[in-house]
Amino acid sequence: MMRTKKSTRAAQYLALAAYLVFLAFPFLWLISTAFKPARELGSLHPTWIPKDPTLDNFRQAFDEQPLLRAAGNSLIAALSAALIAVVIATPMAYVMARHRNRVSKAATGWVVISQAFPFVLIIIPLFLILKNLHLINSLLGLIMVYVVWSLPFALWMLVGYVRAVPTELEEAAAVDGAGRVRTFVSVVAPLLAPGIVATAMFAFITAWNEFFFALVLLKTPEKQTLPVILNRFIGSEGVADLGPLAAAAFLATIPSLVIFAIIQKRITGGMLAGAVKA
Amino acid sequence: MTLATATKRSARGVPGRGPTDHGAWFLVLPALIPILVLSVGPLLYGIALAFTDSQSGRTEPTQWVGALNFQDLLHDTLFWDSFRIGLLWAFGVTVPQFFLALGLALLLNQPLRMRWLARALAIIPWAMPEVVVGIMWRLVYHPDAGVLNETLSNLGLGEGKDWLTGTATALFAVIVVGIWAGMPQTTVALLAGLQNTPRELHEAAAMDGAGAWRRFTTVTWPAIKPIALAITALNFIWNFNSFALVYVLTQGGPGGRTRLPMLFAYEEAFRYGQFGYAAAMGCVMVAVISVILAFYLVGRLKGADES
Repeated sequence: MMRTKKSTRAAQYLALAAYLVFLAFPFLWLISTAFKPARELGSLHPTWIPKDPTLDNFRQAFDEQPLLRAAGNSLIAALSAALIAVVIATPMAYVMARHRNRVSKAATGWVVISQAFPFVLIIIPLFLILKNLHLINSLLGLIMVYVVWSLPFALWMLVGYVRAVPTELEEAAAVDGAGRVRTFVSVVAPLLAPGIVATAMFAFITAWNEFFFALVLLKTPEKQTLPVILNRFIGSEGVADLGPLAAAAFLATIPSLVIFAIIQKRITGGMLAGAVKA
Repeated sequence: MTLATATKRSARGVPGRGPTDHGAWFLVLPALIPILVLSVGPLLYGIALAFTDSQSGRTEPTQWVGALNFQDLLHDTLFWDSFRIGLLWAFGVTVPQFFLALGLALLLNQPLRMRWLARALAIIPWAMPEVVVGIMWRLVYHPDAGVLNETLSNLGLGEGKDWLTGTATALFAVIVVGIWAGMPQTTVALLAGLQNTPRELHEAAAMDGAGAWRRFTTVTWPAIKPIALAITALNFIWNFNSFALVYVLTQGGPGGRTRLPMLFAYEEAFRYGQFGYAAAMGCVMVAVISVILAFYLVGRLKGADES
């Protein structure tokens, strides 16, 4: 271990504290605003701790916009998209990790390139296609878009997980006469289970948080997802009822934060496994 | 040479089975079909649309117009304004964010107490929906009920600024939010690079009497350079293409001061129904991004030559 001077350590703690303040203060302010009564929000000298904390904003938020329904829509869209995405991505990731043929090379190229495309170039044709299929303002259409949208990152993570599985087991299965599909289903997939779960959770969060596609594809409040409904709180004039806005925004964050806390280590691990090798 | 061939073969997986076997196709198709139908297809369709007069709600059929949309774009000063704003925003977010994230990653790599708390907090912006991040910062920047103006006035540094609606401050204000929102990914990537750097190298350098700066330039930086370059190129591209954050914060206002190219193209397509014209904007954005990617790749190849 290297010895570090006391003054250096002190400076490091000071810097760390500054980072903590920068990272945490907007979130703390959101929580503080969510619990303030209207009268305190109107005051010219807002305080960090609400003098007279209240749950009125939460009640009012549910009255103003169909939050529960929106959360339900978000749940359906995100859950379906995440499940479909991992079910179809896992076998493809396996082939991409183990074969170096043209398809897997092209798929790898697509994963990289798809990160760079401005969504507007994709969404205009998708909008026209889905319109012809009468899938505008439908969760089904949105789910289809989310599946393809979450595939690149899912593949990226899963390829990393497959590479971590030793090939000896597959060779043993091959000696026993198992085919490619059989080997995948009975030998590789079970070993990948933790990675698949982490990938699904990540796909869930990205879909749960997604805004742009939902804004374009969903037209009526009954169909809209949580981020779109949250944006409706702001209104077109940008004049918002601050309390309920803060309360609703705070509630919308909780599922993502919980899931993220669970899978944080796996995500960073998976992302880096891909990044280091790429 | 023999070694290279051997590793290549083992990368193919189980020996004795060519890449042509049908099982592989069976495993690939469930993902390949949606990718082709819902991603590659629309992308090509989108590029084709850029050469048409496609509009929403038109009765007469869509026609090819050649490069007309691109000629119009060339003279569209509003588009070039938004383009300039997009580049300013992408630089303004990516560069400071990189240095801030590098600082945080170096700190988190030290055996400090409270490190776990910092790691947990550093992740929060990542887990939050961009819409919530936008709403949150609207509350921070709020002229009366916001914490920023209150703190500034308590410190005697002026009061009542309309950060997001003032023409002089709006772009700066959204850039700060962009920096905050993207800190986690950048920090995590750099931290991983740091943790892959062998500690012994550091200790050896320290024994040779290298100071902190020299250790950074000779040991740390070479080790994290590939990740640093990759994350910076990606951040720049993501930022240039971003939409939700600024849409929620300012909707592109005041007077277009924060109208990123994506916001402009979105309005053109879904407010005014100019699909062909908006697709042409998308193509121009892709062209610029390709140039950036090319610079990045050339940089990487040069780096590979050196090492």
